[in-house]
Amino acid sequence: MMDLPEKKVGIISCSGERCVEGTISRVATRMALEKLRPDQTVTICLPLFLAGGKEERTFTKYYPTITVDGCERLCAKVGTERYSGKIASSIVVSDLTGNRDCSDLSSRRQLDQKALAVTEKVAERIAHEVDDILKHSR
Amino acid sequence: METAKQGKVIVIPCSGIGKALGSIGRDATYEVVENLRKGVADTTCLALIVSGDEETLQLVKNNKCISVDGCPLQCAQKNVKLAGGNLAANFRVVDALKENRKLKPKTVTFLDRDGHQLSAILAKQIAGKVDELLRK
Repeated sequence: MMDLPEKKVGIISCSGERCVEGTISRVATRMALEKLRPDQTVTICLPLFLAGGKEERTFTKYYPTITVDGCERLCAKVGTERYSGKIASSIVVSDLTGNRDCSDLSSRRQLDQKALAVTEKVAERIAHEVDDILKHSR
Repeated sequence: METAKQGKVIVIPCSGIGKALGSIGRDATYEVVENLRKGVADTTCLALIVSGDEETLQLVKNNKCISVDGCPLQCAQKNVKLAGGNLAANFRVVDALKENRKLKPKTVTFLDRDGHQLSAILAKQIAGKVDELLRK
């Protein structure tokens, strides 16, 4: 029987340079990609939708996509849906921390232990969503 | 202080998440806005520009901007230009890497020693450009 390519889930993080929640989004996304679900996930830089070409803009057509946003401005979700298409799931770090916008949880450059614990929770949530999406797409 | 009257320089790194180059660009940006030129330089999210946040669009239109791109696709530079931002300079981490070939940064999530070294070199270059822009 022919082997079909395994379906993968796209994860797009906000850039979030102004907030520690943005750093948490990016690091959690990397954790999911590198450690938790390395064979089931792919990513793309969010602003590539505009800077790149047609191929980048069809990302959500190829991959059911989870956006990971630091704050309630939801740049990853809004940007992805505007330039690529509808997403499968959205995770917002500030919903998990209870903060509405940028907080002083940790340095945005260097996450401390408390922020790393939050980051691991976000990464686990991403992995859970990946499993859920793949389970329902089979 | 004279420089405070002239507005801040906004340093905008790319959102690169797949390679070490993006992480180095962000780290260098933080070094500039939090240490080397704290108070006269600031940063914002590139994603806020991409998603069309009005407050951020005004920020990049009303202040001189420096984009810091990891790779040759130059997402930060292109998106600041598309947004009508006042782009005064652009740095590419890949160029800094070419000028420092002995450095081989590898890790993405948390920078390794070479990544930190390249970030420090780039940060000094950006800080120099901030000074130049504030003098004009």
